[in-house]
Amino acid sequence: MPSDSVTSSSLAAKAKEALATVDARPGVSKPDPILIADHVTRRFGGLTAVNVEHVEIQRGAITALIGPNGAGKTTFFNLITGFDDADEGKWTFNGRQVSGMAPYRLARIGMVRTFQLTKALSRMTVIDNMRLGAKHQTGERFFAAIFPFLWNSQEKKIDQKSMGLLERFNLHEKVADFAGSLSGGQRKLLEMARALMAEPELIMLDEPMAGVNPALKQSLLGHIKSMREEGTTVLFVEHDMDMVHDISDWVIVMAQGSVIAEGPPDAVMKDQAVIDAYLGAHHDAQLTESGQALTEDGS
Amino acid sequence: MDWSFVLTQTLTQAIGIQAIIYCLAAIGLNVQFGYTGLLNFGQVAFVAAGSYAVGVIVLTFDLSLWLAILVGIVVATIIALLLGIPTLRLRADYLAIVTIAFSELVRLTVRSIAFKDVLGGAQGLNGKIGQDFHDTNPLPADFQSLPVLSWTRQDLWVVIVGWIVVALFTLLVWLLVRSPWGRIVKGIREDENAVVSLGKNVFAYKMQALILGGVIGAFGGIVWAIAKQSVQPDTFRPEFTFFAYTILLLGGAARVFGPIVGAILFWIVLAGTGEFLGQAIQAGWIDFLQPTDVGNIRFVLMGSGLIALMVFRPQGIFGDRRELALDAK
Repeated sequence: MPSDSVTSSSLAAKAKEALATVDARPGVSKPDPILIADHVTRRFGGLTAVNVEHVEIQRGAITALIGPNGAGKTTFFNLITGFDDADEGKWTFNGRQVSGMAPYRLARIGMVRTFQLTKALSRMTVIDNMRLGAKHQTGERFFAAIFPFLWNSQEKKIDQKSMGLLERFNLHEKVADFAGSLSGGQRKLLEMARALMAEPELIMLDEPMAGVNPALKQSLLGHIKSMREEGTTVLFVEHDMDMVHDISDWVIVMAQGSVIAEGPPDAVMKDQAVIDAYLGAHHDAQLTESGQALTEDGS
Repeated sequence: MDWSFVLTQTLTQAIGIQAIIYCLAAIGLNVQFGYTGLLNFGQVAFVAAGSYAVGVIVLTFDLSLWLAILVGIVVATIIALLLGIPTLRLRADYLAIVTIAFSELVRLTVRSIAFKDVLGGAQGLNGKIGQDFHDTNPLPADFQSLPVLSWTRQDLWVVIVGWIVVALFTLLVWLLVRSPWGRIVKGIREDENAVVSLGKNVFAYKMQALILGGVIGAFGGIVWAIAKQSVQPDTFRPEFTFFAYTILLLGGAARVFGPIVGAILFWIVLAGTGEFLGQAIQAGWIDFLQPTDVGNIRFVLMGSGLIALMVFRPQGIFGDRRELALDAK
């Protein structure tokens, strides 16, 4: 993995350094958190899908949120970004209380997310997808929209910025194509580039690697690292352990709705609670004739 | 068989007052359904609001028609807010259910005896509703008729101004949909969560589209009241909305000129088959139909035509097949 050459740059080193002294235990406080969540709970009937006591996300770092299927990672994402309503809990973004805030307002103040099932707008062209991401557009107001001279110059700037990002994400040859004609991986790239158009402070990527071929994975990793280089904080949900190990500065592990472990990637991978959560507590136990171990694993 | 009669009648209706009214309703639906993806099945309520606002202000309160048109716009806006506030945060289907129920609610309320003094009950409002407008008619007083198109002096003036209104709203829609505003509503049509995630207030945009579409529909009602000098509650049945949808799909949804082409085509088919069948029965060419069947047969033909269109050209006359071929979700 070509990780060391990239991570040696200044901002990445700073992120690593800041987190070096932090204890590796669930709910630990960080030196400079951008997001602090307390008692975030979401119940679906009798099932408590998310029950996070306390978690902080370090500014300027790449934080991975991992956990087995059904751990509540995506639900937690949805709650924090306002796409789902929490039953309880408060969280702050940049020191500002944002729990219960409408999702579009959260995006405006700098918390932009992508989706597990890519939401590239397939009946719009690639460039229109990009333009949609830009903030503070005059032409988005109803009455201003009627008079193109009010927003033409802004539109040109947006186009330039879009082209820059599309080139970086290697989509510049697809500018005029419908987003629906792109491959799955290209749509992931487009969604990520579009999110960057909104100039996020914290970008939240929900399974950026799902369904992406290995070659594209490498370039996606590069893009995520380069986001950190530009000072954007990255929080992402992922299953792929290699990838998590390669690029994240900090790893948060969720299981059954709660945070069970936190720490630098190396430490977390060795954590007994994490191994148990992924493989089951009895994964290395002898199978007895009663079959007890099997039934306990199944839940 | 009088072919020239069939042709002139068909042409007169194809670009006549009814075509204008339906065209305006369809332009409104194009903004709501075509571009924004809002399933408004109660467009006729907005048309009725326009008609009744004009009728009530002019006849019941004896005020100016121009003020009445303003009131029509305001009433349509209020209706859009009433319908939109509870439903636009929910899934698209809820708006469809609420609007279709609301449109019947409007019709049954305006024709009820309780409001007979103001709204005229089942007889509606009859009188010189459009007088202020017809007074502005610049056509010579001894005007008889155009060579082919059989409009009266009064109707011709309505038709001219009506198509100008259609052109202005078409221009407005064209300007809007090619702006960043249009980009957002088209994004909402496809996946509103994607648009929300980029910091756009989707609810506000849906509301704006609902209001704009409703106001354009209300202008259809205003034209109707002015042209007919009467407002009849039972003309505002749900099928009006579905005819407007037929027009929209004929021309191609989310195409600026779709409603215009659709409306003309709709009336060519409807009037053309009606006149042709009427004449053919009279001439003895068809003996298995009665003249009274013609009205229904033409809708059967229209329906068959719409089915054929959906099978062979689902994007409508103007639509872009490439867009349909892409999987939207």
